[in-house]
Amino acid sequence: MTTPPSDHAVHLLREMLRIRRFEEKCAELYSAGQIRGFLHLYIGEEAVAVGVMQALTPDDAVVATYREHGHALARGIAANALMAEMFGKQEGCSGGRGGSMHVFDAAARFYGGNAIVAGGLPVAVGLALADALAGRRRVTTCFFGDGAVAEGEFHESMNLAALWKLPVLFLCENNLYAMGTHIERALSQQDLPAKARTYGMPADSVDGMDVLAVEEAAGQAVASVRAGNGPFFLEARTYRFRAHSMFDAELYRDKAEVEAWKTRDPLRLLQDRSLVDAAGFAAIDAGVLLEIADAVACAEAGTWEPIAHLTRDVYTPALEGPRERRAR
Amino acid sequence: MSAAPAKRTTYREAVREAIREALLRDPRVFMMGEDVGRYGGAYAVSKGLLAEFGPERMRDTPLSESAFVGAGIGAALGGARPIVEIMTVNFSLLALDQIVNNAATLRHMSGGQLSVPLVIRMATGAGRQLAAQHAHSLEGWFAHVPGLRIVVPATLADARGMLWTALEDPDPVLMFEHQTLYNMEGELAEDAGPVDIDRAAVRRPGGDVTLITYGATLYTTLAAAETLAAERIESEVIDLRTLRPLDMETIFASVRKTRRVVVIDEGWRSGSLSAEILARVAESAFYDLDAPVARVCSAEVPIPYPKHLEDAALPQAPAIVEAVRALMPASVSR
Repeated sequence: MTTPPSDHAVHLLREMLRIRRFEEKCAELYSAGQIRGFLHLYIGEEAVAVGVMQALTPDDAVVATYREHGHALARGIAANALMAEMFGKQEGCSGGRGGSMHVFDAAARFYGGNAIVAGGLPVAVGLALADALAGRRRVTTCFFGDGAVAEGEFHESMNLAALWKLPVLFLCENNLYAMGTHIERALSQQDLPAKARTYGMPADSVDGMDVLAVEEAAGQAVASVRAGNGPFFLEARTYRFRAHSMFDAELYRDKAEVEAWKTRDPLRLLQDRSLVDAAGFAAIDAGVLLEIADAVACAEAGTWEPIAHLTRDVYTPALEGPRERRAR
Repeated sequence: MSAAPAKRTTYREAVREAIREALLRDPRVFMMGEDVGRYGGAYAVSKGLLAEFGPERMRDTPLSESAFVGAGIGAALGGARPIVEIMTVNFSLLALDQIVNNAATLRHMSGGQLSVPLVIRMATGAGRQLAAQHAHSLEGWFAHVPGLRIVVPATLADARGMLWTALEDPDPVLMFEHQTLYNMEGELAEDAGPVDIDRAAVRRPGGDVTLITYGATLYTTLAAAETLAAERIESEVIDLRTLRPLDMETIFASVRKTRRVVVIDEGWRSGSLSAEILARVAESAFYDLDAPVARVCSAEVPIPYPKHLEDAALPQAPAIVEAVRALMPASVSR
């Protein structure tokens, strides 16, 4: 008789499976024309978002990229609200305005959903600056990919955060490809923690397919940031199993490479290590599938924002009275 | 009008006093930018404020426009009230991603959950022989973007009063200070304070022609109006003050009275703010006009260094006078 899997392992497995099943359903719905625009799937990288989120508190802030369904779910944004957003329904977490690439949830302190590569980094630095100025011990975690490392905003933000010792966890999801460009074809220096250390911040690298390793490394990184030691750079070495987006024919990588990475599927790794048997997995899966089915039903039942609301929230609705009188 | 005594001051001092007041009134306010602290500001606007408020609230940044503008956005999301200074308008192009893709979009794209109460100040405009990378007038570009509010203080009262009102605005406000105005001297009421940032202002009333402008060309335009007055042509001079949203009500009221309109804009004319204003006049007040719409803009060249060429590139009073004369019936103009 073996020991039963821990509740925590089951929780991690369920969280990863929620992302996997959510996105598999999204791909299906995309083919059916119910989700449009760009759709970037996170499948294969689930251990990163799930592992890192374990280290954060509800008061912390998260800034993510356009491949952020996993981060949103792991952060606690309801699958219903997220799926409605995928459909563009007003019940979506961004009111349907953003779609797949622009998930926001002010209550969860989830600040996107940024579809400009590296564009979220300066914003994360600013969120951390506001905390530092107000004397709050919160951590802003900024997810970005290896592609962002080539952008000027990456370097400007790393420098500024380190210079001002701001509480930012820079979480680089290195999946080896900036869209179709392999890191070896994009970066003169591919040792990303080494790069980060040149800014004077501690840096580490972790196996991004191993959720337990990610959880541990993120826990240490967040503890360092929360203790007031300034920013921390953590590279999670991972891989996306699916195409860059639904329009990607994947001409730039070998199927064998993809298959090799799939042998390190983060769900299977955890399942094997935590001794969840087939029946246990099926039980978790059944619950997850119910949740996703419910999300799809909610999204389908959702409503379209009236066209009359098109120009709402370009600006904040005016408060009463002339501005200068309010100002006095 | 205020009965309070007036004091002699400059535009620079008025902006500084506005920043100082904001820092005193609201602990959430801080300012950051290149050389705003120890150096005192490239245009000496923030001189002395580091000593008064300390390096936490008067923050010198590295030369990283995108990062510190984006950090301003993030800090605003996080509850602070940042004033970000960009040294000059041409440098703001290094931060366009943050301004256009983030500051302007976040509220709408998030379904109204987020707003970005950020003020970005920058110097704009030509006239000091700074050549083609420090002297352009790009505020009209920014006025193209929904989600931004664009304000341009031309007077001491606006230099003193627009900042606090802009900080009270829950959305991003870009404030353009023409670099030739910083040394402008004049009288300002001792109790000068916040002003509205919604309405254009009639700086000179007149019944024959409407001259619409903003920023430093307000003074060029007022000089032209003096010349025209000697010819018995009375100009109504409108200072736009806010370039987005435009106060078309004030413009239409004037045009319906004068039936002639000229826009004077230091920006280039192609695809410009002047084109936008005149298109709206043509769309909504065409039958009120007695003459074609007209404009005086900068020559379509990068601003050159030598004085005579720079002068030739910019809207000057004689060109404004000529443009107005061309609209007048022969009996009035000659």
